[in-house]
Amino acid sequence: MAIIRPSGDFDTNYAHDLKTIRQPWQWLALVGFLLTLYALPLFANQGTVSLVNRICITIIAVQGLSILTGYTGQISLGQAAFMTTGGYISALLVGKLGLPFLISLPLAALGAGLVGLVFGLPSLRVKGFYLAMSTLAAQFIIPWFTRNIFPEVLNGAQGLNVEVPVIFGIEFNSPQRFLYITLTVLIITTLIAYNVTRSRLGRAFVAIRDHDLAAELLGVNPFRYKLQAFFLASVFAGAAGALAAHNIRHLNSETFNLIDSVIFLGMLIIGGLGSNLGPIFGAIIVELLTEGATLFGPFFITIFPSTASGAVQALRPLFFGITLMLFLIFEPRGLAHRWQLIKAAWRLRPFSH
Amino acid sequence: MNWQLLPQFVITGILLAGPLALNALGIVLIFKSTYIFNFAQGQLLLLGVLTTWWFAVVQGFPLWVAILLALILSAILGFLIERFALRPLTGQHLLVIILMTLGLSQVLQGLALLLFGSVQRNFPQIFSAANPYKISTPFIFNGSNIIIILKQNLVWSFVIAILGVVFISLFFRFTRIGLTMRGTSEDHDLAQSIGININRVFGISWALAGIVATTAGILLATSSGLDMSLSVVVLSAFPVVLLGGLDSIPGTIVGGLIIGVSMGITSASKVPIIRDTTEIVPYILLLVILLIRPEGLFGQKRIERI
Repeated sequence: MAIIRPSGDFDTNYAHDLKTIRQPWQWLALVGFLLTLYALPLFANQGTVSLVNRICITIIAVQGLSILTGYTGQISLGQAAFMTTGGYISALLVGKLGLPFLISLPLAALGAGLVGLVFGLPSLRVKGFYLAMSTLAAQFIIPWFTRNIFPEVLNGAQGLNVEVPVIFGIEFNSPQRFLYITLTVLIITTLIAYNVTRSRLGRAFVAIRDHDLAAELLGVNPFRYKLQAFFLASVFAGAAGALAAHNIRHLNSETFNLIDSVIFLGMLIIGGLGSNLGPIFGAIIVELLTEGATLFGPFFITIFPSTASGAVQALRPLFFGITLMLFLIFEPRGLAHRWQLIKAAWRLRPFSH
Repeated sequence: MNWQLLPQFVITGILLAGPLALNALGIVLIFKSTYIFNFAQGQLLLLGVLTTWWFAVVQGFPLWVAILLALILSAILGFLIERFALRPLTGQHLLVIILMTLGLSQVLQGLALLLFGSVQRNFPQIFSAANPYKISTPFIFNGSNIIIILKQNLVWSFVIAILGVVFISLFFRFTRIGLTMRGTSEDHDLAQSIGININRVFGISWALAGIVATTAGILLATSSGLDMSLSVVVLSAFPVVLLGGLDSIPGTIVGGLIIGVSMGITSASKVPIIRDTTEIVPYILLLVILLIRPEGLFGQKRIERI
């Protein structure tokens, strides 16, 4: 779809053509929005701030998956396993070696990236559904490692207690304080994700997604780029996992599980594949739905008394599954596409087509 | 290695192939005709068992009536899933379809939880657990023959699984519907152009998969009890499917045997770390298969054209 710009907004040189933020009011809106987010702990209650924390961390993980699945077209059911990897690396670096969080976070992301490379290797040989299967194997093998290897360090199935992150002597020990970390990391990852997708790298990814054989004939090396996509996706997952581990302060092999990987894919579809807004929309909608399940739980117990304890447990997959199925049938391009349509309709008003 | 226990574990592994193959069969049935890999097979199984339980225990029907009713209901459920969830997606790309079955698995899991709650239940016993079959082997250890103990439920689920696979193979070989389904699996467009109603074929495949899932579920529940984690059991059938070949029915048995026996052998080890690998052996094998022979042992290799 052609990008419809406000009247009077013309490209006068190449730099202007490439600009993301084209007008002064957009700068104002962006800065205002970010300031509101950073100021959130001042006026929102603890529950809301925790929710925003969780949403931000989820967005980071889904952004990674968006590069891998949305842009490169490699289906991965292992994103949660790479989060586990990142979480464990950071927890161990801070807890056992006493490294500062500022160093452990990038190292965790990098470590998860390297593990992701290993599990991305099958992508050189198989694709589509078979690749989904090999990443599913990662989802079983990595948690198994954390349960059974080096029990004296990793503490087996019980998992680890994770330290409070300390940066420049400040302890980030409450959700309100932790929000500053997650927001900052989220801004960085958003910038990376956005710039990856509009660079040479991103165009190579899209070429592979659209037709890998054709891309290879055009000189795009599919092996190299697929591995790079796996690496990037796992780096994002590792960062998200490290953040989540320090946020909940506890980590075991089940903290991030197969269902999470499925939910990340679902978020990507609901948000919109192959779009930078997709992960953000998807993560917010699905996390809010999950919150909704918690709210509706008591109400459902009165209708289905047999579930008394499990109503919330039951509603989460139900809400998520139904939303996902409806999106797949009626709006497979996701909310990001819908958002484009709304913007276009607004600009073309009153001459909508 | 516990050499005196090895025969026992190998035989148990072989018997384990029964339920594995039955679960794999459900997946292969759908894939063979529709090219859809059904991630919701585990939840179909779960719902099937739960309805059987409901008819037999809550409603007090005789067990065989309960099983029959549950089989019919699961066939209908399979039919409905095809009609309302997957038919609108015909012709969409792979990711969308994979996600549809994943979403479906979440919905069915949620439904099962909502309707039946998440308590552990006792499933009516079909095969006596008290007196397992005992076989004396010619191998001698410490002066006495090694005796292999076979649990009745495992033996019977193995027999039923083999029968199921044989039955389905014959069905594909000799009945009109079976032949139509094979024709459809060759090429959807071609099948349609010679007058096959492929929507009906898809529906029948899903209904059959529902029946297979419920059968597998009942066999599993009689041996290991009934709770929500039953749906996870099917995950270990994925490697079986890939090992045997996604579109091969005899492959499910061979794949099941390979996976079952390798799980049996690792669990006979004396080294704890190797014994612990039992739960991930299927997935390690899966990675190996994908790297060496992605189409599986008996699968059809597809050639890609631009």
